[in-house]
Formats: sequence, C-alpha cells, structure tokens
Amino acid sequence: MSTYFVTISTFIAIQAIVAYGLNIIVGYAGQISLGHAAFFGIGAYTAGLLSTKAGLSFWAALPIVLLICGALGVILGLPSLRVREDFLAITTIGINFIVEAVFLYVPFFGGAMGLGGIPKIVFFGVRLKGESLLALCLVCLAFVILICWWFTKSWAGLGCRAIASDETAASSMGISPVRFKLLAFVLGTVIAGLGGALYAHRMGFITPADFGFPVSTMMLSIIVLGGMGTLWGPLLGAIILGALPEVFRPLADYRMLLYGALLLLMVRFQPGGLLGDASVLMNLLKRMKGGDRHAG
Amino acid sequence: MNLFLEQLFNGLAIGAIYALITLGLALVYGILGVLHVAHAGIYTIGAYVGYGVFVASGSLALAFAVSMAFCALAGVAIERFVYAPLMKYPPYVPLISSIALFMAVEEICRLIAGPYVLSFSTNLPFPALSFAGIRFSPNLVGIYVISGVIFFLLWFLTTRTEIGLALRATAMDAPIASSLGINSSMAVDMAFALGSAIAAVAGILVGIYYNEVHPDMGAMPAYKSLALIVVGGLGSVEGAVAASLLLGVAETLLIGFAAIPLPRDALAFIAMIVVLMWRPTGLFGARS
Repeated sequence: MSTYFVTISTFIAIQAIVAYGLNIIVGYAGQISLGHAAFFGIGAYTAGLLSTKAGLSFWAALPIVLLICGALGVILGLPSLRVREDFLAITTIGINFIVEAVFLYVPFFGGAMGLGGIPKIVFFGVRLKGESLLALCLVCLAFVILICWWFTKSWAGLGCRAIASDETAASSMGISPVRFKLLAFVLGTVIAGLGGALYAHRMGFITPADFGFPVSTMMLSIIVLGGMGTLWGPLLGAIILGALPEVFRPLADYRMLLYGALLLLMVRFQPGGLLGDASVLMNLLKRMKGGDRHAG
Repeated sequence: MNLFLEQLFNGLAIGAIYALITLGLALVYGILGVLHVAHAGIYTIGAYVGYGVFVASGSLALAFAVSMAFCALAGVAIERFVYAPLMKYPPYVPLISSIALFMAVEEICRLIAGPYVLSFSTNLPFPALSFAGIRFSPNLVGIYVISGVIFFLLWFLTTRTEIGLALRATAMDAPIASSLGINSSMAVDMAFALGSAIAAVAGILVGIYYNEVHPDMGAMPAYKSLALIVVGGLGSVEGAVAASLLLGVAETLLIGFAAIPLPRDALAFIAMIVVLMWRPTGLFGARS
C-alpha cells in the first residue's frame, strides 16, 4: 500500500472513531451536540501531556485519558438535563469555544504554538507508524463499532432510543432521562477521547485549532451524511467526507464549501442521511431486494 | 484614569457593533424561533459589498445604501428558500442548515474576493471630538452616531408604528396574528430584511474601524451573537442591545486591566452557559 493511501485511511479511521462517539450522543440518545471536537481535543491534549510531561507510554496513559474524558463527559452531559434541542446545541458550541480558548491561552497547554514532541506508539518494542499504526486504528475502530452494536442491543441503548423519541413518555414509563442521557454522553466522550489519543500520537504535534468548532461541524456532517443513529452511517460518512477531497484533488480549495453545501442539502432533502429510513439509497436497496424476490 | 476612560469608550463602540449584529438575530429569533447563525454570513457579505461599491464609486453613502439593499434581499431569500421549508422539523435542523449555510457563504466570499485581508481605508465623515481630555476619532464618533440612530429608528418602528405592531403580533403568535388579518409572512420578511440591512451596516463599520475586510470576519460574531441573544433574553431586542454593550465594555476592560487568565472570546460563552443554567429567561428578560 502506498504511504499516501495509508495516511488518508488512518485519518478516516480516526475521524470515524470520533464520529461514532458523537453518534451515540446525537443519533441514539437524541441530544444534539455541536461541541464534540472539544472532547476529541481533551483526549488528544491529555494523551500528549501524559506522554511528553509525565513520560507515560500510550498504553499506560490511555486509561487515564479515557477516565478524564468520561468525567468531563458527565459535565458536558449536565446541561442536557436542563436545556433541550437548539439550546443544547448552542450550549455545546459554547463549550467547544471555551475549551479551545483554554488550550490557546493557558501556557501549560502550549498556547498557540501547540504541543509538540509527542512520541510514536510503541507496541511490544515496535514503534507503530504507517501500516502498523493504521492497523491499530482499524482495530480500535472495529472495537468501537462493536461497542455501538452492543449498545443498540442493550437495555441502555433501548432506554436512550426511548428518550430520543419522546422524553416525557419515556420518563413516565420509568426510564430515567438523567441516567441514560449521562450514560450516552460519557460513552460518546470516552470514544472521542480514544480518537484524540490516537490522533495526538499519529501527528506528534497538536494545536488548539485542530479541535475548533469547524471540526465539530465536520463530525456532525459525517453522521448527518451517513445517517444519524445507524450502525454503519458514521463509517460511510467518514469515508465519503474523508475521501472526497482526495478523489477530487482540483476541488481542494472548495472543500469547506463542499461540506457546507452537502450538509445543507442533506438536512434539507434527506434529513435521515444516506443510511437512514426512507432515504434514496435505502429505498433503492429495498427495491433491488424486492426485485430479486420476484425473480426468484 | 484617562486610559481607563478611553478603553471604556472603545469598548462601548465594540459593544455597539456587537449590538448591530445581534439585533437582527434577536428579531429573527423573536419572530421565527430560528437561531440564525448565517446572519454573520450576511454581515460578511455586507462588508464585502460595501467595500466593493466604495472602491468602485468612492462614495461611502452609496456603499451603505447598496450593501443594505443587497443584504436585505439576501436575508429574505435565506428565509424563503432555507428556513421556510424546514420549519416542520425540530429546531436543531434549521440550526444545522444555518451553520452549513454560513460556512458556504464564508467560502463563497473567499473564492470570489480571495483569502487576503482587504484594507478598507477611509474614515467615516464625522468630526473628531475632544472631551475632557479624551480624544474621539471620527470613526468612533461615527459608530456612536450611526448605531444610536439605528437603535432609535428600530425602537420607533417596533413600538410606534403599525408595521411594528404586526411584527410583535407575529412574534407573539403567528397563526392567531394571521387569523386576525395580519400579513404574518410579510412580517417575517420584514424582520429578515431589517435585521440583514442592519448587519450590512455593522459589516461596513467594522471594516472601516479595523481597516480590514476578510472572509473570516464573521466567524466570531456568528457564535458570540448567539450567546448575546441568550444573555439578553431570547427575542428581546432591548436585552440584546444591553447585553452587547455590556460585553463590548467587559471584553475591552478585561484585556486592558484585569489579569484574568481567561481569553476574551470565551467570556460571552461563559456568560451564556451561566445564564442558560441559572436564569434561562436571560439577564434582562422577564422572569417567567
């Protein structure tokens, strides 16, 4: 495999991991979050600081990273208990801006110069880069997808879905919105933290702008495009949005315009996403299946 | 002391500009219930159109007029083609489409005018004033006068005219207002046109005050003004103005005097989250 292909695939895998985290919060639990990049960033900075300042290895630091992201996820989840819908969205936008500003202005985090010198991940004495790092990212991605699959089948997933479709009805049936919303936020932010840690070690150098609000918008674009609340939607969305600018190299300048237009058109005409119910793609698939049955 | 006062008056000017941007957002939220992030895109377009017309014609008055008219049309177009078909979905759907639209507008400005900072080097046609040892530059005086006039006209329009009555009635309850013979779709258009024209003025004023027009100029106002309408009490125009002035002053004084290790741009968002958690009707809104 060429280095180019490996690099692009690694980034797509990391983005897909983070998007799966967002999908649990937005897709399964129905709590709109536009600040997901903040947790991607918190994961990346925690991993970066633990490896450069505390000298911990990726593996030793990972549990701490996930723990910190989970704990902060509870704090992000708290507003969702008080505000809903578009107010939750702007609260999370605010959180994203505050977190980015803290990374930018507090010297401990390296300020505008960023945080550099983050070592490569070492696995049984082998420094992971290129294909071996891609393999690690893919294993993590598979693990995250497995967790999401398990989540949708579990009682907790059912509880989240019930809250997403009608919070009042769900809570009158004895499903605690507090418990399941916070659970979704914790799971989502822990997964974002995992993506952040991988990203920090892949890049070796991170800056606050890597985790700004546009990144949150992109994460949301990924799941809106693929299909909110579907198992394979985030993966499909990450592949399409990650590969599009590479396939259409001459369009590199138009990348953000493309994201914007795509998001606008999807929300306007296919709010369920490519893999959502009643989408063009799903109808097509169904018709093909139906046709087969007739033929057989 | 003089330095303090100078900072205070600078902060007031910045606050007045925030207010001009936030006004439109408050009007739109009041009447349609949409968090209109793309409003900052209108503001950016306003600055570019104003700059273009000024460079081509040399007349600042013409620049203001053309830019206001263009933005008013653009605002109404956004309402008709983007928001109107989305009103049947939950409120985050129009919000996401608004963010997407804002990104697209920024990119279109970048593609047409280039990624550079354009220098809008002219002064507003006002005299420089000196008062109690503090010097006010023509631009500063201009910002005070222009924003003061706009605040007054808007207050007059919304509280003392029939159009204002239609606006307020539609904001209160659109179906009932239209069943009583008020043309509520006209009122919605009116809110977008007014807000967008005022945003165009803000764009030109910022361009002249900082002597720069660039594609990213809307990035901060886009989200900061969301925070401001929350702090001001949603849909309350007076509250939005008060919150904006307060923020402008607070930000400027914070940089100048307090050694608080918090970035200036985070202040609005912290205030917003505190207000949402503690007093969701806003700092100036009525307690419900």
